[in-house]
Amino acid sequence: MSRRGAPAVAAALFAALLCIAPFLLSTYWVDVLDSVGLYALLALSLNLILGEAGLYDMGHAAFFAVGAYTAAILSTSLGIPVLLTLPASGCAAGLFAALVALPVLRLRGDYLLIVTIGVGEIVRIALVNDAFGLTGGSNGIFGIPRPVLLGWRLRTPEQLFFLIWGAVAVTVLVFGRLSASRFGRALRAIRDDEVAAEGSGIDTARAKLTVFVLGSAWAGMAGTLFAAKMTVISPESFGFWESVLVFAMVLLGGAGSIPGVLLGAFLVAGLPELFRGLASARMLVFGLALMVMMVVRPRGLWPRRAGGGP
Amino acid sequence: MEELLQQLTNGLAVGGIYALVALGYTMVYGVLRLINFAHGELFTLGAYLGFTFLTSFAFAGRVGPIAGLGLLALLVMGLVAVTGALLERAAYRPLRDAPRLSAVVSALGASIFLQNALMLVYGARFQVYPDEALPNRAVRLFGAQVPVMRALVVAASAALMAALWLFVHRTRFGTAIRAAAIDRDAARLAGIDVDRVVLAVFLIGPALGGAAGLMVGLTYGQVGFTMGWGYGMKAFTAAILGGIGNVPGAMLGGLLLGVVEALGSAYLSTAWKDAFAFIVLIAVLLVRPTGLLGERIAEKA
Repeated sequence: MSRRGAPAVAAALFAALLCIAPFLLSTYWVDVLDSVGLYALLALSLNLILGEAGLYDMGHAAFFAVGAYTAAILSTSLGIPVLLTLPASGCAAGLFAALVALPVLRLRGDYLLIVTIGVGEIVRIALVNDAFGLTGGSNGIFGIPRPVLLGWRLRTPEQLFFLIWGAVAVTVLVFGRLSASRFGRALRAIRDDEVAAEGSGIDTARAKLTVFVLGSAWAGMAGTLFAAKMTVISPESFGFWESVLVFAMVLLGGAGSIPGVLLGAFLVAGLPELFRGLASARMLVFGLALMVMMVVRPRGLWPRRAGGGP
Repeated sequence: MEELLQQLTNGLAVGGIYALVALGYTMVYGVLRLINFAHGELFTLGAYLGFTFLTSFAFAGRVGPIAGLGLLALLVMGLVAVTGALLERAAYRPLRDAPRLSAVVSALGASIFLQNALMLVYGARFQVYPDEALPNRAVRLFGAQVPVMRALVVAASAALMAALWLFVHRTRFGTAIRAAAIDRDAARLAGIDVDRVVLAVFLIGPALGGAAGLMVGLTYGQVGFTMGWGYGMKAFTAAILGGIGNVPGAMLGGLLLGVVEALGSAYLSTAWKDAFAFIVLIAVLLVRPTGLLGERIAEKA
């Protein structure tokens, strides 16, 4: 098997395994896989910002929240089918990201990290206090209609599975192309040395803004799927903890590596489920596992090869 | 006027606690460029150790309330300091030359681990400090009612900060810490044992954080295993606000945030209390991108 062919075969095998998973696993585990898929969408979109462009964003849940609330409000009060709100959710999250980015993106490194944490907290507190009179305060919004796809109403975790993992597949293809493009190379140049990137003729301010808006808009669209899956959303689903988990997925898997980030999503979202047998000690073991995995593989479990493709 | 004074003293009391915790973040960051996300849990550990000692040994009954509290503080600070040093050895030293964000994830793992360890040991419910062992009178200061305990806490945090300032700015070893914070490699070339500096900041920072946890227990009476997230985040915000890596900056940032929060929740809105810190942070960083006292750019190119 040629070196080029091996990853493609592995990817096809992985996709085939996923396709038959809902027919083999119990409903409980399919539901877990649905959550993993939503986290994978968030982690892949954060990977653009954090892994490719090296912007320390620890407030990704804020954009996820904007998208989810946009979908919930449009579908419950205007009766728009929830999946048709995808563009609106993406735009709302992207616009909010642009608003945040203009003053914030010029901050460097750790200053950006704390400010994005702050933005995430401000959004959560605004939702809890029902700042806009539309979000239902700490109770959130309920009665979001089930998603309808090609005339099918998706109710069970098995049906949602194909919607969510279909979205993950599209994301992997689009972001894989993006990463291999001129824009992707520009982002990695900014991550490795912003001054040198600027010197090579890259408009760094514009590239950073673009990637931040794009990644956030994608998180917003993941928010639509989340709202459609849950049918109830409330501020507690969009706290600092969610941002931290997604951040850990990207770095644990391997920043900038799409298979790595998928693996990260499986481990971070799935391990606490596997450890359920340990009862109250499961998060203790999870924290320990996170530490050990990072110490053993500092560059992530499945890092991107330097100079290689996605 | 009396209301304002009351709120100001409340703000300074909380601000002193934020400042003590912020010092741990800023000293570790200064030397290692690492955000020690587990620092909030070391603070919680301090609060719980204080609870354990107060409930199992009757300090105050044997040596009097003030000496008893002093002894208690020393014990708590010592134990939390040792935990901090062990944490550095286990979770951060192996990653010292790895990409910077790897250590951040390891720190998050350590934070989850410690938080859940505390939950398993002490239970998920709040624990309440035994108040019969503590002085509970109030004194009048400048026209405001101040509980003795709160006055003691403010005095102790001021004393700890003054001692730290003197140590960092007036001793040889303090100079070594500042040198390592400016440039670790150059400090090593100048003959400074950087590993000892790292050990020192991982003893001093956690000791101060543990003392702050004890103070929260003594002032508010309740300790819970998740309290480290909130205080830790505020303190980290304070450290950035003052200019991360800068010791006086962390003190200033902490006190400022405490006062802003107290005044904001008294005069603007209680519901938004937890957002004020971040709103002030963003506003300050727009004008001064490296914080109030942070002059050099903390990030290496």
